[in-house]
Amino acid sequence: MRNAYLSALYDLAKENKNIMALISDNGAIVYDQYRADFPEQYLNCGISEANMVGVSAGLASCGKIPFAYTIANFIVYRAFEQIRNDVCLQKMNVKLVGIGVGFVYSILGPTHHTTEDIALMRALPNMTIFSPCDPREAKKVTYAAAQINGPVYIRLATGGTPKVYEKDYDFQVGRGVVLREGRDLTMISTGSILLEALQAADQLKAEGVGVRFINMHTLKPMDQAIILKAARETSRILIVEDQNLQGGLGSAVAETLADNAVVCRFKRLGLQDVFTEGYGSYQDLKEINGIAKKNIKDAAKGLLEA
Amino acid sequence: MPLSIEELEVKARKVRQEIFKMICGAGGGHIPACLSIVEILVTLYNGVLRVNPGGPRDPGRDRFILSKGHGGVALYAILADKGFLDPRLLLTHGKKGTILGGHPDMHKVSGIEASTGALGHGLPFGAGVALAAKIDAKDYRVFVLVGDGECQEGSIWEAALFAPQMRLDNLTVIVDHNKLQAMGSLDDIIGLSPFADKWKVFGWAVEEVDGNNISDLRNTFGRLPLKPGRPTCIVAHTLKGKGISFMENAPIWHYRMPNPEEMKMACAELGLAFEDGVIE
Repeated sequence: MRNAYLSALYDLAKENKNIMALISDNGAIVYDQYRADFPEQYLNCGISEANMVGVSAGLASCGKIPFAYTIANFIVYRAFEQIRNDVCLQKMNVKLVGIGVGFVYSILGPTHHTTEDIALMRALPNMTIFSPCDPREAKKVTYAAAQINGPVYIRLATGGTPKVYEKDYDFQVGRGVVLREGRDLTMISTGSILLEALQAADQLKAEGVGVRFINMHTLKPMDQAIILKAARETSRILIVEDQNLQGGLGSAVAETLADNAVVCRFKRLGLQDVFTEGYGSYQDLKEINGIAKKNIKDAAKGLLEA
Repeated sequence: MPLSIEELEVKARKVRQEIFKMICGAGGGHIPACLSIVEILVTLYNGVLRVNPGGPRDPGRDRFILSKGHGGVALYAILADKGFLDPRLLLTHGKKGTILGGHPDMHKVSGIEASTGALGHGLPFGAGVALAAKIDAKDYRVFVLVGDGECQEGSIWEAALFAPQMRLDNLTVIVDHNKLQAMGSLDDIIGLSPFADKWKVFGWAVEEVDGNNISDLRNTFGRLPLKPGRPTCIVAHTLKGKGISFMENAPIWHYRMPNPEEMKMACAELGLAFEDGVIE
C-alpha cells in the first residue's frame, strides 16, 4: 500500500506543483524517487508531528496541498488538536496520511499500533476518511483525496500488503463495494484486516453459507444505503475491524441502523476495549487478539444460529 | 505620511476603551491579556503590516496571526479601526448572534487569519504560511503574536526549531512577555528565563523591546529581518493589565469581571464615562 500511495502521489505532484509531501522523519527511502524529482515539493519536518500538521495547515492556507505522512499513531494521537483546530475547524485542504494502521506493525507493540483512529477521526467535522484494503485501492483513494478540497485522512497498512482486487473496479467516494453476494449474512470490513475477513467469508461460502461481503473503503461519509440494504436483505451483520470496538466501524454501522430504525442481528469483532496483546507476525497478532479467520467464522456461525 | 507616535498613542487609548467596554458588555473575558498587547497591535496595523480591508484575502498581503487567541478582543478593536470590521459590531461581542467570540474565527471575521484559542497553534501555522511564501517567491511577511505563558507549549519549540532550519526570515514572532500566566507568575510556575537566550540558541535573531512603547516597537519593526536568513523573535516586555492600575501585574484579574465599583474606577482611568452602572 505504501508504494501504491507513493506512486499516486508522484503522479499528482508531477501534474500539480502545489502538491507537497511532508514527512516526519520516516519513509525516507521509499520517498527517494519522489524527492529526487520534486525536491521543492518535499519536506522532512523532523520528529515533530504537531508542528508538521500546523505547518501543513499554514501551507494549505496559501494554496498548497500538503500530504502529511507518518506512522498513523503519531499523526492521529500526537497531533490531534492540530488536526482538529488547524485543519478541520479551519477547513484546510490538508491530507493526513497514516501508515501502519491497526496492528500491522505487529512486532513493535501497542505504542506503534493505531487501534482507535476511526473513532477519533470520524468524530471530527469536515473530515473525509479513506481506509483502502489493498494497493490498488490505496492508489485510488490517494487520487480521490487530491480531488477533495478539504481535510482527508487516509489509513494505510504498510509495504507488501496482499491484493484484494485482481482487476480494476468502480471506485466512488462514499460508496461501499460488494465483494461477494449472499443472502444469509453480511460481513462488513475495512482496511488491512479486510482480507482476513474475506478469506473467512470464502471458507464459509465453501461450507454453503451465503455471505455478502462489503468493503467499506470510505468511513466518512459512510455508505448508509448499502448498510440498510444489507440489513433488510440478509438480516444479519457481522463487523470485522482492527479497532477497539468503542467508536470504530461497528459503532458507525450500528448508528446507521439505529438512526433508521432498522433491526437486524448484529455482532462486532475487534478489540474488546483493550490494547493489542502480544508480538509476532501480523497473522500471529490477529490470532492472539481474536480477530483471525477462526474467530470470524465462529462469530458468523453464532449469528446464524441466533 | 505615517501617523505620529502621539496619534498612535491616541489610538491605543481608544483601543483600551473598546476592549473594556466589549468585555464588560459580554460579561466575561481576558481583560489584562488584551490590554498588554495594545501597543503591539496598534504599531503593527499602522505602518508595518501590508494589509488592506478591501482585499482581506489578497494573496500578497502580510499575515498577522494572533496565536494567543484570548487577545482576540484587542484585535477586533484594531480591525474595526482599520475598516475590516464595522465598528458598530464591537459591542455585540460575546452576545447571541455575534460574529465576535472570545476567540477569533477566521471564517466569520474579515482580517482574522487563523481560528486560534488553543495555545501553541499559531507559530507552526505561521511557519507554514512563511514557507509557502518562500516556495512561491512571494514577498509577504508573517507576524505571529504569542503569549509568554504560551511558550510552555511544546509545539512552540517544535516550530522554533523548524523556522531557522527553513531560513524563514519572512517570519517574525512577537512574544507578549508580561511575565504572568493564569495562576501566577511564570517564574513561580514554569519559568522561561533566560527567555531571549532560548530563542537565540534556537537560531533566531532576537531583540528585546519595551512592548508598551510604540516608538520602540516601530523602530524594531522597521529593521526586519534583523538578520538575513534568520527568523526574528521580538521579546516585547509588557505590563499585563496596562491602563487599569489595579489590574496591572495582578494575576487574579486574568479572567475576572470587575464589580460596579471597580468598573467605575477603571472607567475613570481609561477616560470612559460611567453612569448608573452603564459604560458610556
